[in-house]
Amino acid sequence: MSVTQPLVEVQNLKKYFPVTSGLFLQRKVGMVRAVDGVSFIINRGETLGLVGESGCGKTTAGRTLLGLYPATAGVVRIDGHDICSAKGRELLSIRRKAQMIFQDPYASLNPRWTVNAIVSEPLRVHKLIKNNKERSERVKELMGLVGLSGRLVNRFPHEFSGGQRQRIGVARALASEPLFIVCDEPISALDVSIQAQVVNLLEDLQDQFGLTYLFIAHDLSMVRHICDRVAVMYLGVIVELAERNELYEHYLHPYTRALLSAVPIPDPKKDRARQRIILTGDVPSPIHPPEGCRFHPRCPLAGEECRINDPQWREAAPGHWVACHKV
Amino acid sequence: MTKILEVNDLMTRFHTTEGMVYAVNGISFHLDEGETLAVVGESGCGKSVTMMSILRLLPMPPAQIAGGTAIYLGQDLLKIPDHEMEHNIRGKEIAMIFQDPMTSLNPVLTIGKQITESLRTHMFMDQAAAERRAVELLEMVGLSDARQRLKAYPHQFSGGMRQRVMIAMALACNPSILIADEPTTALDVTIQAQIVELVIRLREQIHMAIIWITHNLGVVAGLADRVNVMYAGYIVEEANVEDIYEDPSHPYTNALLAALPRVDRRRDRRLKSIAGAPPSLLVEPHGCPFAPRCEYVVERCGMETPRLTPVGRDHAIACWVDIKTGAQR
Amino acid sequence: MAKRGIPDPQPALSKIEGPVSALDELETPILTLSQLAWRRFRRHKMAVAGVIILILLVAYCIGGAFIFSESYANHTDTSLRLQPPAAEHPFGTDTTGRDILARTIYGGQISLLIGLTAMILEITVGVLIGAVTGFFGGWLDNILMRFTEAVLIVPQIFLLLVMAKFFGGNVPNIVFLGREFSGSVIVIVFIIGLTAWPYTARIVRAQFLSIKENEFILAARATGTSTWGIIFRHILPNSIAPIVVAATLGVANAITLEAYISFLGLGVRPPTATWGNMLEGAYNYIDQGVYWLWLFPGLLILFIVLSINFVGDGLRDALDPRSRAV
Repeated sequence: MSVTQPLVEVQNLKKYFPVTSGLFLQRKVGMVRAVDGVSFIINRGETLGLVGESGCGKTTAGRTLLGLYPATAGVVRIDGHDICSAKGRELLSIRRKAQMIFQDPYASLNPRWTVNAIVSEPLRVHKLIKNNKERSERVKELMGLVGLSGRLVNRFPHEFSGGQRQRIGVARALASEPLFIVCDEPISALDVSIQAQVVNLLEDLQDQFGLTYLFIAHDLSMVRHICDRVAVMYLGVIVELAERNELYEHYLHPYTRALLSAVPIPDPKKDRARQRIILTGDVPSPIHPPEGCRFHPRCPLAGEECRINDPQWREAAPGHWVACHKV
Repeated sequence: MTKILEVNDLMTRFHTTEGMVYAVNGISFHLDEGETLAVVGESGCGKSVTMMSILRLLPMPPAQIAGGTAIYLGQDLLKIPDHEMEHNIRGKEIAMIFQDPMTSLNPVLTIGKQITESLRTHMFMDQAAAERRAVELLEMVGLSDARQRLKAYPHQFSGGMRQRVMIAMALACNPSILIADEPTTALDVTIQAQIVELVIRLREQIHMAIIWITHNLGVVAGLADRVNVMYAGYIVEEANVEDIYEDPSHPYTNALLAALPRVDRRRDRRLKSIAGAPPSLLVEPHGCPFAPRCEYVVERCGMETPRLTPVGRDHAIACWVDIKTGAQR
Repeated sequence: MAKRGIPDPQPALSKIEGPVSALDELETPILTLSQLAWRRFRRHKMAVAGVIILILLVAYCIGGAFIFSESYANHTDTSLRLQPPAAEHPFGTDTTGRDILARTIYGGQISLLIGLTAMILEITVGVLIGAVTGFFGGWLDNILMRFTEAVLIVPQIFLLLVMAKFFGGNVPNIVFLGREFSGSVIVIVFIIGLTAWPYTARIVRAQFLSIKENEFILAARATGTSTWGIIFRHILPNSIAPIVVAATLGVANAITLEAYISFLGLGVRPPTATWGNMLEGAYNYIDQGVYWLWLFPGLLILFIVLSINFVGDGLRDALDPRSRAV
């Protein structure tokens, strides 16, 4: 893939949520630093994986990226337009190009709408097809693209299984012919035998329409399978980013190493033989993240420097970025 | 090896407003003393219902155990009186931990109170002895400052710590069987690794048999001795853990493994997906449940339900076709 | 792709209450949500009985007007006062000799009218305030909810009586649908509607708060749907169940409150009859064995309130989007 201009550019993106208390005067008592200075680019036609444990800020990052949460600081440019400062018509036109697929196939479809209404919503909002008849033709076409029968358009979401609902969600995301789709854990709520169907569908659609994905997930095996490059998040920051095989085979950051070693392998001999790094303790609170390197309280390599200074984000090898004092 | 639990032809159904749900359709398996048996399957395959039927935890109605036996040390758990089940078996001989450690603990009682309660009712300990034992148990599952922790409430603990508390409670009465129902599904991978490590250590420490229910074929590989694969209320394959992964002989197991991406390998192909979805449990089973999605399907599959038959040492499958040769059995 | 017979990927246990959605293109007919709701409603025996009683009562109040004229209902004849039920006057006559049967018919119309209009007022104000506070939150929510609580804290009956006394003094009669009403009807509608909305507002606010956290709302925002589109096309239709239930119960509540105020003599002024003010006159005669003065309007109030409550119960179950059982 020739790299011209990246489709998505994220610079020092921050999203803090205030923690308030009090009934009348809502005093701010702290800040949840869900995303605390994240930068990356996504090239056209590429899939970037964003992985990390729950609470690391990956979902918030994905939503802030699409302007669903107002960013606290930073710049997000999608196809050259800054979504953080865009308003009104400009925002709407960016929204048309950047869509989202959600985690929970039960909660992400309006239960009182028919499939036709759900899938045609982007068409109506962006006034893409005004004629009712043409619009429902387009909905049927979209249903076909995701492997569902066009005859099902008058049904309600509750009549479908989880995998089918996820396909409906994909059809909705495709309706406005986007360039970029944020996939927020699109398969983690599905059964194993259904996951592969949805992943293959996403790959086929990418090939067909040249889509660019940000694939947010906690399943590191699936991320290795589907993503071209992978970013690892911990407590609101990216600690390592590299091309997939580089990351999985030559990981540098001790957190990446621990995370990968914790993923079970469906092979008894290999699984039992390998060296596990069991991290102690839990992820600290993002309200008071540790000073210095955020990973230092759980890090097996941590030294004096890690407690004091924030590690620099540097390119350790071509295209392989890491933030750690010790590697 | 002596069999500690033997289940024969267990059948569980639910009577619902929409009709009969055929949840478990005549399954048989056994558990040896001290071994770890993994029960693997997708949601709705009947893996949890099987265990809840054995422990008689299902509300009846709507549930109904339509047949079968579950012999634990010579007595049929499905026939013994309720009070016997409550006082001597459940929580004492056979303990269970659940997927969601948030809802399995009572939020208004301290951890100490919840652990000592079961010690006092099942083991007839006095408060002081129960507390000593509770501290011992919490230390055993790797919680520091155990004595202080007794006074803590569940919300003061993280998900992983709560699951440790659940395990401590399950172990309180030295059970001979521990049934773990998706105990790591709600946890992150690093915490999952902690819990798996803990269970492996405890298993060696106290000689106890474990039934580990999961949908994740990965977790099981490093943990189990034997694996039962379930689909739509049937056991379709039963084998040693090595055989399941190296020589999967049922088309479903085979397809499931092919649908899993591997963290330890470079991508070499598209994932092999299994078309369709599991069958509705509202329809009375007829023929092999996997037949509509199976790539090896033959005419017989639609008419007769295959029974679990041995294909090797400790390896049995329920299938009419030999997937290696394509020959019918 | 096969698309046949598919159970939800949920834990097996949820199958006990939850349905297994078997999607068979050829067999299952397409049912709209209202058809599904109707199917569930039909199974609720008491609710169906409630609907039947309600229809009979409405037919009684409207159909009766074709048999007796309003002037007959308001016609006084002191020579015929306090007649017990007989062929001439099946429900007897009241203290001024008016026919009680005819008065329950016209009184019922007013009672129903008050119930419905007060409910509409209550629901409009309640939904508006609930939606705004629930959706936007922040300082607006704070101010409006404190105000709502303030209204809730004052006992409703007390507030009603004070307002009735204050506003009910001299209101001119009004003409509506070719009939003349005591202006006090309007006053009663307003004071009931304006004191009952806080309950609806709180219900709607709670609904909005929980529904707006759903991923489908986020999906709508990601699509670019406007704020008003989200409120009116996404959240409101999903809150319809509790609103409809609140509305039904609101009717019953308004009828009861009207009866209450009128019974105390502060409600609708005679000669306009309501079931409530018919009871007022009965009060002094209870110990004299003149049972027909209070029995018939009393029974009618009882029936209407009971049946509306049954219907509300049935609707609560039928409209619950979580219960997807057919």
